This record gives sequence, structure tokens and C-alpha cells, in this order.
Amino acid sequence: MLLIRCPYCEEERPELEFRNAGEAHIARPTNIAAESDDDFEKFFFIRANPKGVIYERWRHIHGCARFFNAVRDTVTDKFVMTYKAGEPKPAKLPGAPK
Amino acid sequence: MNAAFRISGAGRLSQAKTASFSFDGKPYTGIAGDTLASALLANGVHLVGRSFKYHRPRGFLSAGAEEPNALVQIVRDDARKTPNVRATVQELYDGLIANSQNRWPSLAFDVGAVNDIASPMFSAGFYYKTFMWPKWAWKDLYEPKIRAAAGLGVSPEKPDPDHYASRYAHCEVLVLGGGAAGIASAVAAAETGVRVILADEQAEFGGSLRFESGARIDGQDGYAWAQAAIARLKAMDNVRVLSRTTAFGYYAQNFVGLVERVSDHIKNPGRELARERLWQVRANRVVIATGAIERHMVFANNDRPGVMLASAARTYLNHYGVAVGRNVGVYTANDSAYAAAIDLKKAGVNIAAIVDLRDNPSGPVIDEARALGIEINFGRAVVSAGGKLRVSSMTVQPKNGGGGRTIPVDAILMSAGWTPSVHLFSQSRGKVAFNEESKRFVPGAYAQDCVSVGACNGADGLDATVDEAYAAGAKAAKEAGGKVGKGAKPKVDAGESWSRGMLGAGPGAGPGTTVKAFVDFQNDVTAKDIRQAVHEGMHSIEHVKRFTTNGMATDQGKTSNMHGLAIAAEELGKPIPQVGLTTFRAPYTPVTFGSIVGHARGALFDPTRRTATHGWAARQGAVFEDVGHWKRAWYFPKAGEGMHAAVNRECVTVRKVGGLFDASTLGKIEVVGPDAAKFMELLYTNPWEKLESGRCRYGIMLREDGFIYDDGVVGRLAPDRFHVTTTTGGAPRVMNHMEDYLQTEFPHLNVWLTSITEQWAVIAVQGPKSRDIIAPLVEGIDMSDEAMPHMSVREGKICGVPTRLFRMSFTGERGFEVNVPADYGEAVWEALWAEGQKHGATAYGTETMHVLRAEKGYIIVGQDTDGTVTPNDAGLDWAVGKKKTDFVGIRGLTRPDLVAKGRKQLVGLKTKDPKVVLEEGAQIVADPKQPIPMKMIGHVTSSYWSENCGRSIALALVAGGRDRMGQTLYVPMPNGTIEVEVTGMVFVDEKGERLNG
Ligand SMILES: [Zn+2]
Repeated sequence: MLLIRCPYCEEERPELEFRNAGEAHIARPTNIAAESDDDFEKFFFIRANPKGVIYERWRHIHGCARFFNAVRDTVTDKFVMTYKAGEPKPAKLPGAPK
Repeated sequence: MNAAFRISGAGRLSQAKTASFSFDGKPYTGIAGDTLASALLANGVHLVGRSFKYHRPRGFLSAGAEEPNALVQIVRDDARKTPNVRATVQELYDGLIANSQNRWPSLAFDVGAVNDIASPMFSAGFYYKTFMWPKWAWKDLYEPKIRAAAGLGVSPEKPDPDHYASRYAHCEVLVLGGGAAGIASAVAAAETGVRVILADEQAEFGGSLRFESGARIDGQDGYAWAQAAIARLKAMDNVRVLSRTTAFGYYAQNFVGLVERVSDHIKNPGRELARERLWQVRANRVVIATGAIERHMVFANNDRPGVMLASAARTYLNHYGVAVGRNVGVYTANDSAYAAAIDLKKAGVNIAAIVDLRDNPSGPVIDEARALGIEINFGRAVVSAGGKLRVSSMTVQPKNGGGGRTIPVDAILMSAGWTPSVHLFSQSRGKVAFNEESKRFVPGAYAQDCVSVGACNGADGLDATVDEAYAAGAKAAKEAGGKVGKGAKPKVDAGESWSRGMLGAGPGAGPGTTVKAFVDFQNDVTAKDIRQAVHEGMHSIEHVKRFTTNGMATDQGKTSNMHGLAIAAEELGKPIPQVGLTTFRAPYTPVTFGSIVGHARGALFDPTRRTATHGWAARQGAVFEDVGHWKRAWYFPKAGEGMHAAVNRECVTVRKVGGLFDASTLGKIEVVGPDAAKFMELLYTNPWEKLESGRCRYGIMLREDGFIYDDGVVGRLAPDRFHVTTTTGGAPRVMNHMEDYLQTEFPHLNVWLTSITEQWAVIAVQGPKSRDIIAPLVEGIDMSDEAMPHMSVREGKICGVPTRLFRMSFTGERGFEVNVPADYGEAVWEALWAEGQKHGATAYGTETMHVLRAEKGYIIVGQDTDGTVTPNDAGLDWAVGKKKTDFVGIRGLTRPDLVAKGRKQLVGLKTKDPKVVLEEGAQIVADPKQPIPMKMIGHVTSSYWSENCGRSIALALVAGGRDRMGQTLYVPMPNGTIEVEVTGMVFVDEKGERLNG
């Protein structure tokens, strides 16, 4: 069982308290009704599904109930970091080469 | 009286306390502290099982958890018959009953042994080749026969009456393994004051100190030192010591699963003791001290009862005081078997000969053996064991061939060397590395905060082991926040050294031979099988493993993996690391389902949710159905009524008079705040801004892809307050969906969401008399049609308690839904029921609710929709706000596929024969005469007998359904094809006049 740090509760809690909510940093278009078919497809259906570092959303559903973002390595399952919803994608990851 | 093979003065058990037991019905006597294995061996019993495939007689290979052969069934009673128990692990208790497995009619005469003679048929991969064709034969012939012949034990006939405990624990340092290394690590860590958990799978701590007669630490015998150290650790507040506890799985972030065998060793455990306890431990640092496992020698008939690991014979002698034979041969490729020969010789057992594959080894143990007068043969091999139910001789030849001689023996002790137990390290996702010099896989790169110490880390010798382990324990504790300890490192005065050995098949079992030289005893895999797998094209060890099943039995190849790998590598002409080691997976040893499940079974398997009126309904004799976690009243049969009659009566009574229905399980969410209406506009397809306070609207929620996600009636209580209802099953996900958008896409909206499902009990009162039933109990609400029209909501009091009174209908009749605080739900229901009785109203359940709504063509999301249905498909286009510029799903609705012609649309179906009720889920075709496979154009989503209509009714999703009105379609069923007519979805009161009736 993974330990996940909730950036709102500011502590590591067991995975059972959380639920994954898919890839992060995919903003809903402000004028979504005017999106082309291709753009809507990219927004709604296409996901990166990378081997390695993924930016994804989690919800502390059995805790503070907040959605937040996490950086996780899909190979090792290790969480690199977590940060609050609405914050930008981190420019640099902890432990990454400078 | 002593059992025949118990040696007085040897071992650590007190002979004072005896224990009676039986094996295959025959009574025996052992002593307290025995395992089933040591007790049987003390009585001279070696033959304990038959092998899985060839039904060959088998005895004890080991004295521990790695045992592949001695699997027995332990019987306590009808409900407790545990199969596949390793006799080497099962502790003896007075009255223990054990039976052998996989033999018929008896252990000594087993009909299945014909498989051994016919073994050319059963070589590697035989399951894959033999039983492929014909296809029918698998189910009717092969599978039942194989199961009968190759059973491993018998299942109990009754549910398991034992209970299983579960604990979570946290510590700074978790030490896995309680031999010299584990104890030294635990002592070092404990001295720093941090929380330490030390676990070992055996009943007593000490690991190999149980048999290493020469070990001395801190001036004491090694085993005595271990017991003293454990006693000190147990006395410390910061240390938890767990014996009989196996670490079976190493998971992410130092999360380790351990199972503690609490009462399998006790005669009458009683109900207060759990059988096993699952420990789920999160540790800051883990010290892996899992030791090493001795390997057997691979030679012909090396599976005969009496042929065993040298360290096992030593354990039986030095710990249990049991000699495994009277005239013992030794076959070895390393030093450690000499120690077994020396200990046995000193205990008075004749050592017939030591056969050493090495050419000219030297060292103190060899000198000592020679000094004791033991015959030693260098550069020679045991090429075959004689005997059948028990080994009777060994045939010895020069290792490079030449004349042999046969030496009579009643046991052969063997040692090919020691395999570090890297199982848990590997499970932690660490990468093992092959040490070319020692021919061992040892821990390489680490993936987690753990460290391996001692023999599992390739340490040679007790001195090196204790040094390394003590330092690692102190370091782990320090890294986890411990202070500097004040203790001193244990001092090793004398100890034995792990030596090298050999991998793969010995002389006489090499390439080109066809003898039965077993690599994997439990799955009956021989050296020849592995070579054959390579010849048939298996070039990766993972393929060899699957083709031969080497290492795939319940012992997971603890003794066989390295031999199998070496034989495959030799055959492939590649170095061992290039062929690769198979991946180790949890569990390390078999784990019972009981310990995993714990208390989560029966009534505690899943939570049960009951509504406020549950007790009332139960007293009325309601039949309940499970809807998610909820228990819902399904129907209320009167005396002598079946379901059909009860539902017909309920359906008719509701439309004629009225009925009461508990709708409390519907999800309820309060949407509150200055931007509540804006939020509702975005989450539902309908317009909300202009909905007046006090009015209700049927809302549809979509996903972004345009498909229906949920629906429900929404009441606006105030400009900033909506009372939203959801489907019963949809409540949690709708809440999650709303929170997701509110927190992440529309965080600028000032809105709060609160689940109020459990706070309000909901009593639906439906039917022409519904207002007459409710009105006498209501205060402060004008319930006239003018003041309170259909689809309105009022707040007031009923029976003196607050109510949110909705006028709404899921039956098509005049109807109300009375929301009251859940605590008053039952009392208000009883008051309404008393009023209803005056009019002849009925209580009705979910079945009648379903029929009545289907008569009106009201859909149930999840039954009439399946996640690919749009509002238009469902005939609900009217509920989509055409002037709206945004809502979740607005763009999805215009996707090409969603506006294409020919989509499946919801329609009504009437069977040509009104008495025939269609099956829900049945497929629909346009032409019943077309060849199979037919083109299916839709399916039945809802189907009922409607007593009100005097016929069956159905709803269905049919391609282009609304253009097919009046058409005849067909529903092919196993008993014939049913003709149906496509109709509208409303079967009762098409004009909707009854809403005000
Ligand atoms: Zn939180």
C-alpha cells in the first residue's frame, strides 16, 4: 500500500484514503461548445499514459475530500511530489538532474 | 518409553511431556516441542506422501518452511481439515490427527504410481501437449480425471469456524528473520530506543543456531545466547517480538505483510484465540535477515524417503534429539554436510561414508570427520539411490565415470551448498546480482529503505554475519531517528562458515541421461525435463519455468530454482546471469484466505445500510432486496401471496387508491451558495436560473462526452439553495462528479455541496388519495392544487416535525414525497400508514415502483441507459436547455456519432401475445429468418407484467426506434422467437391527467 502526501492535510496518509482521478493539467476549454471535433477529442479522449513520470489528479476522498495533483513514476509507483489543485506543473522535480 | 530414533541426551526437548498423535490412523507418541516431522522421524517414519505427478513415495527433505515433499492434511474436525500443511512446520500437539495426501488406496500401495512407470508420457510440457484436443474432452474427461488423480489434499465440507485477527503496526525498524543476524540487528536497533519489531517464522528464535552445534556467542552456546537475547528484547517496551510469524509479502514503501500462526500449535485453542493474525506493518527501515536455504544434490532417485538435506538431519538431531537413520550416507559438494556427519557420529549413528564431489578439499571439518574414523571419498558421486518406500543404498562412482559400488544406507544426507534467501529483497523490487565467484545471487541495487544482512546477503561465517547485522541494525535505527545505543556488539567466539558448492545436475544425471534426478520435488521436475524444455525452444528461464512448472509449486522453488537455472544455462551454453533468475513474488510461503479476509466475511463482509422504516417493513413481512449496500423492501406479501400476486395487488391499489413507498435510499445533495444556480446550470442540461423558489424540475446530468450520467428531481428551496436528488446507486459518484467540477474547473463559484442522503428519510405517498392521506398530518402548508401544483416543494411540519414536502410523481399518479429528519422517519411513516389504512392504501416495494414507472415510460438510469445513451436517445431532448451556452456534456452532444442517424432509441414494446413477458437483456432482430449470427438491432431494457394494463409491457433500446413505431420485430429465445410491436413508451394515461387526478 502506497503512502500519499495530501498537500492540504500536509501529511502522508495510506493509499486507502485516496482515489485516483486521471491525468492532471487538462483544463476544460472555457468555450467548450465551440471546440472543433479534433480539439474535443484531444481534450476528452487522448491521454499520455507515459512509462515514467506522470502528472495526475488524486482525491483525498476519505480525508479532507480535496482534489490535488501528484507526480508519480509509473515504473516504480513512487510519488515524486504532490501539490494543490490549480498550481502550475512544477518546473523542476525534486531529485531531478539540474 | 523413548521412540526408537529418539537419542537420549541429544536435542533440547524435555522428554517428560509426551504428546499422542496419529498419522494415517496409526497412533504414535511424540514429545512437547516436536514438529510433526520430528515426531514421525523419532518413530522411524520417513514415508509421508506421494508426489504430485508421478505419485512417487516421498519423505522429508528439510526441517523447515522450504519443505516440498512432506505435505499432509491436519484434521481437527469436519470444518477444519487443512490440506498441504508442511509436516516440518506443523508443531505437534496432543491429539493431533494427520493424514497423507495424493495416494489411493494407501500410502504404501498407490495405484497412481503407474504414472511413474508411464512417465515418458508425462514429460515436460505434457499438460500443454496432451490435453489440447479434442476440445470437448477437456471439460468432460481430462480435467475431472486429472483433478481426481492429482489432488493435493481434501477440502473441508463446512465453513471455516475459526476467526482471524488483523493488526496494523508501525515501527522505525522491522527485522525479518530471527537467526543470529536478525537478533543482532534487533538488539542494535532496540538499544537506540526506537520502535522495533522482530519476526521469525519458527516457534523458537535462533535460525541456524538451532543446528549449528559449534556456535558460541558472548561465552554461551549460540542457541542459548539467542534465547537470552530474545528474553531481553521481549522485556523492552519499544520492542515487539513475534514468533511463528512469517513475512510473506514486501510491498511499496516498506509495507510488509506478516502472518502470525496464533493457535495452530495448540490442542484446544478455544474461541477467544484467533487461528492466525495478519500484521500489516509500515516500517521506516527494514532489515532483511532471512538466511540461506540448503540445496539438495541432483542425482537419480534423489527423492527416495530418507534422502534429505544435511542441515535438516542436523536440526532433527541437535534440536529435537532425533536420528534420521542408523546407517547414514553423506553426499556433498561443500563443507557443511561434514558437520552433520560429525554430529551424528558423535551421537552414536554410523556414518557409512561421506561422498564428496570435490577433488581434494581440506579444512578442519574434514580433518575432524577423518579423526572420528568416517570413510571419506573425494572426487566421487552418488549416482543413484536404491530402495523404494525408503532409501536402502547409494551407488557411488568416480565422478568422471568408472566402476561403482553400492553401499547399504538407511538415509542419505546431501548438501550442494546454500542459496541466499533473497525472496523478500526481490519482492521489495530490489535487483539481485550474480556473484561469479560464489555462484550466488545476492542483493544488488536496492529499491526501498531496507538492508539485507547475514547469509541472505552472502555473508560467510557467523562472525561476519553478526558484525554486519549489528552495524546495519544500529544504522537503520539512527536513520530512522534513534539515539546512539549504549550496548555492545555480541562477540562471536566460535562459529561455522558457509562454504561454496555446486549448481545443477551431478554426475550420472547430466546431458544425455534419462534418470529421474529431481530438481523440483513438489512438481516432479527432473533435470531431463529442464533440458527438454530448452530443446523444445524455451530459451528464457521464465519460459522454462512455465513449460516444466519448475519452481511453480507451493514451495515456489526454494530448493529448486538455482539448480533449474544452472541446468538450463548449461544446456543453452550461456552464463547463468544471461539466462536470468525468475522473479520472486508474494507470498513467501502459502497464506490462508482466512488471514487475508480476517473478520470481513459473512455479515461483516460488506456494510449493510437500512432505512428508517426497515424495522416496520420487516414486521409487515416485507421481502427485501439488495440495492448496492441498501436493503430495500421489494414487496409486501399478504398471507398466502407469492411475489406475482403481491406486486399485482400493490400496483392496482396504488393507481386506485394510494400507496406508501420508502424512497429514502435516493441520493440527496444540498447545493447551497450565492452561485448555486450558476453551478446547477453547469452540471445539469436543464435551465435553473429562472426556476422559481418552491418549484421542482426533473434534471439530467451528463458526462463531458454527452452521455446520461444521472437524473433526479431537483427542488429549489430558496434562490441560493437546491435540494438535489440522485439515483440510489449514483449518489456517491454524483457527489464526486460535482465536487470535481466545483474544486477543479469552476473553483470561482461560491457554492457548498453537502450530502444529505442519510439526514432525510423519504416517504413517497402516491395515488389519487395521496393528498387526503397526508393533509391531516401537515401544518403550515396549503396543499391545494392552486397553492401547491405538481412539481413544487414546500417546507413546513408533519406530525410536528420539520418536513420538505415535494409534490412529485414517479408513478404518474398524484403524488408526494415527504422528507423528514431520518430519526422521525419510522414515526411519520406509521402515522401516514394509519391515515392510509382509512382509505385502503397499500405499502409497496421496489418491484411495484419499477412496474408503475415503466407503465409511464419513466426511465431508470443504469437500467434503461448504459453509459452510451444521450438525452435524445432516451426521448428526453426536452430536458436539454437549448439556449444554454455551457453545461457539462454540451460539446459531447454534438459529436458526429451522437447526432448520427440510426442510433439506438428508447421505445416501448408490446408482445403480440400479451401474456408473454420478455426477458430483460434479450436481443432484438428485424428478420428472424436471417442466418446466424444475426444482426442484432437492440435489446430489452425493462420488462414486466402490468396488471393495470392486463398485459406485459417492455422498454427497449432499438436502432432507429422512433422511426419503427408499429413495426413488428423479433426476440429470438432458446424456446422460440417472440414477436413484438414497437410502441410509444407510455402505457398508462398518455395525457398525464392522473397527476392531478
Ligand atoms: Zn487531505
